Amino acid sequence: MGLLSKKDSKLLLDPLTDNNPVTIQVLGICSALAITAQLKASVVMAVSVIAVLGVGNVVISLMRNVIPSKIRIIVQLVVVAALVIIVDQVLKAYSYELSKTLSVFVGLIITNCIIMGRFEAFALANGPWQSFLDGVGNAAGYGLILIIVGFFRELLGSGTLFGFKVLGDPIEKTGLYAIGYENNGFMLLSPMALIVLGIIIWVQRSRNKDLIED
Amino acid sequence: MEHIELFFKSIFIDNMIFATFLGMCSYLAVSKKVATAVGLGAAVIFVLAITVPLNWLLDQYLLQPGALAWLDAGYADYDLSFLSFIMFIATIATMVQLVEIVVEKFSPSLYNSLGIFLPLIAVNCAILGGSLFMQSREIPTLGLAFNYGVSSGIGWFLAILAIAAIREKIRYSNVPPALRGLGITFIITGLMAIGFMSFGGMLTGGDESTDAEPKTVEVQDSTKDKTEKELANNTKIIE
Repeated sequence: MGLLSKKDSKLLLDPLTDNNPVTIQVLGICSALAITAQLKASVVMAVSVIAVLGVGNVVISLMRNVIPSKIRIIVQLVVVAALVIIVDQVLKAYSYELSKTLSVFVGLIITNCIIMGRFEAFALANGPWQSFLDGVGNAAGYGLILIIVGFFRELLGSGTLFGFKVLGDPIEKTGLYAIGYENNGFMLLSPMALIVLGIIIWVQRSRNKDLIED
Repeated sequence: MEHIELFFKSIFIDNMIFATFLGMCSYLAVSKKVATAVGLGAAVIFVLAITVPLNWLLDQYLLQPGALAWLDAGYADYDLSFLSFIMFIATIATMVQLVEIVVEKFSPSLYNSLGIFLPLIAVNCAILGGSLFMQSREIPTLGLAFNYGVSSGIGWFLAILAIAAIREKIRYSNVPPALRGLGITFIITGLMAIGFMSFGGMLTGGDESTDAEPKTVEVQDSTKDKTEKELANNTKIIE
């Protein structure tokens, strides 16, 4: 990339594949599973986490020299909680239906391990610009997994993407349904998210042998 | 009895791990050995039992719309529910700090075996999730809130105990290399979640309301040929 140095673009791009927060660092699993039955919810959640983690990382990084070590968890929690309240209010104002689908999981962004994990591991020891890139990179990696899982679950579970019927109409029996295809309703249920995620991990580790654990 | 119903519902049907996936990160990280899993599970039950009722009190007397009426009639239209997140997380962080101090004083061995995980309970989604679900499901009394806290904790404990036991056993199994560790744990948890779905039929039968009575479904036939139509005529909705 022209704008960013090699080190900076590594911060942005690594979490998308090799250092993915969900599949490698094992963070942020809770919301990655619960809200991915619809692609729209996954995208909105991904954008929210990018916003919270990006801004949060910058704020913590700017304050890193004045936070006393004993209360740093509380300071981090306060920063995240404030940002999440803002995100929640914006969602309720502009997209009420979606905020009902996401329900408590917007609030649970506060305890999303990725955010606290990146604060501790990066923002407390690095400058604001790098922290911003690291935050956006990790949240984008998390968003990528959310979108992949959401894509398969919505497509196979209800035959729609973003609410648009892409495989034909199941009631009118057009498109793919004409030859007898039926939606796999099971994909909309929560356990399938776990199994789809397991398969993603399987694919990723088969392609990159270094990631295999014993 | 609503207490008993809530108790069993929170353990099996609305299980924190298998139904709503709260607390997955520490669930995956700590489940390699049964002993640490038991310790963490017990700590989670304890923290939930304390924080859910406490947050219920906060919600009831401070945060809900109209909650401040006890202070002065003029405050009755204040709605402070947007502050829920920050107030809940503040009580949770404080209680966890207290629990840590108490455990360190009275049981140093447990404190050492839990290590970093005790402070990490503060950011465990299960704890905040317990309080948020308590708020969104509008649990009516303090007793039920305590019940909900304890039973959600027991459900979480059951889940982590089960997965730790299974992970110990499959250490000698022939898992494909790319699935070892995290991958197979996800798939096993998924299968366990499917198993727990079988509890969904529990507590829904009986004499509660007319909606709960079983119906048989009529088969819709629009373009099928005659013989199927004749068969379909034999079924109808019974109410």
